[in-house]
Amino acid sequence: MTDNRKTGKALRLLLVSLLCAIAAWLGYAVLGLSLSHVGLGQLVGANLEASGVSHPVTAVLLNFRGYDTLLEMGVLLVALLGVWSLGGMPDYDESSPGPVLDILSRLLIPMLMLVAGYLLWVGAHAPGGAFQAGSVLGAAGVLMMLAGWRLDSRFAGLLLRVVMVSGLGVFVMVSTAMLLIGNGFLEFSPPMAGELILLIEAVATMSIGATLAALFLGSRPAVGPDK
Amino acid sequence: MLHWAFDSLLGLSLLWLAWRALTSPDLFKAIVLFISFGLLMSLAWVRLGAPDVALAEAAIGAGLTGALLLAALARLESIGEAGRQKGSIGETGAHDR
Repeated sequence: MTDNRKTGKALRLLLVSLLCAIAAWLGYAVLGLSLSHVGLGQLVGANLEASGVSHPVTAVLLNFRGYDTLLEMGVLLVALLGVWSLGGMPDYDESSPGPVLDILSRLLIPMLMLVAGYLLWVGAHAPGGAFQAGSVLGAAGVLMMLAGWRLDSRFAGLLLRVVMVSGLGVFVMVSTAMLLIGNGFLEFSPPMAGELILLIEAVATMSIGATLAALFLGSRPAVGPDK
Repeated sequence: MLHWAFDSLLGLSLLWLAWRALTSPDLFKAIVLFISFGLLMSLAWVRLGAPDVALAEAAIGAGLTGALLLAALARLESIGEAGRQKGSIGETGAHDR
């Protein structure tokens, strides 16, 4: 027992010293950066017109570096597939939520939907965007599930899966369509870039919201009318 | 001056919260500390001038991850209780919390 504790302590000390060394090294590297280096900010600012949106972060995420966002959507989908294939998680106890949670969720959920729509729309020219809006939608879903709501089994089959895949799917389809009309993959051209980005973000918001809420539920929702 | 004081207070509380969350033996307390860490972290992102990241951190890092962790903890406890009831004849006290 004491021996075990001793090795644990030694391991912890070793970890702390290693982490301190890494922190010192990182600090040294950051302090060593030349201040004259401006990064890519100016380049983004100069090409902002061509991106279809006026907020630089959205321009980078959905246009200049759309590849990263595409892969992020894929990661989210794979995470959900992993959780679903584990399966067998017990559902929460069916207990009545209590009047406070019940009334509060009735008040909050329409507002959360409104906030999600606002975040999605405002993402074109101010901080916001698909991931933030989607996570607000997902939070609304979590709140509804805590209040005892479950997805109707009629919608839990194909429709739910289509919504979950649609975020990644529409992104890939639009990017491939760009390839077909002569642009590069994920290269949104100026005349319709704004609309395309809004389309991708709107579908992605729904998809992210549904995926996050499903991650919270844990198990695959029951399918079929007989339940 | 006020900014410096606020920023250093924020940084120190972040480190302190992270340490407490990692070392807390009570998992529920650790999750609550993690959620508060996420909220303060989003404040830190705002102070660094990155409101986009702050929004994502507050919504995903503090809100949804916290809810997921709490759900996982509730399930772990229900599974542990079922196991305890099943195998409670000979061994008690094997579950140290």
